[in-house]
Amino acid sequence: MALTKADLAESLFNELGLNKREAKEFVELFFEKIREALERGETVKLSGFGNFGLRNKNPRPGRNPKTGEEIPISARRVVTFRASHKLKKRVEMNAGSRGKS
Amino acid sequence: MTKSELIASLSTKQPQLEYRDVELAVKELIEHMSAALAAGERIEVRGFGSFSLHYRPPRVGRNPKTGDTVRVPDKHVPHFKPGKELKERVNL
Repeated sequence: MALTKADLAESLFNELGLNKREAKEFVELFFEKIREALERGETVKLSGFGNFGLRNKNPRPGRNPKTGEEIPISARRVVTFRASHKLKKRVEMNAGSRGKS
Repeated sequence: MTKSELIASLSTKQPQLEYRDVELAVKELIEHMSAALAAGERIEVRGFGSFSLHYRPPRVGRNPKTGDTVRVPDKHVPHFKPGKELKERVNL
């Protein structure tokens, strides 16, 4: 089972006592603020979790793998994520009882 | 944008919440997401993206300073895949 926005809102309701509507709105706004910053071209650094960065990609020739047809891939800007050292450590330490993803 | 800037920005958007509560809420969200990944669980946020773990098999590495071979055990590393909306909005 994957963690969703509903689960996150639920925890704000349970742990912090925000009402359900506030909690839902807060979670929505949390992700929206991160999107807005990235949209402006800003890096987002959440210490203890990781950094969201941006990379500019040059145009390159591509191919439809199904038909073999050549299609150009235009220049674009993409989001990258680098997990913090702390998060990587936590993930590694809990090895063992882990499902594939 | 740093975590504290994010908190400040959310706080102006949510004036009915105390600054302290916004701070706690942001920390709770980040902690919840970290704990889920540490437990091997995926995170899926429509329009934003998904976090999952990628498996790295064990390998034999080398200490670049001494040249000694070292066995690097297998591990899982966090991975983020941007969602459709985020991809489109970030692309120029």
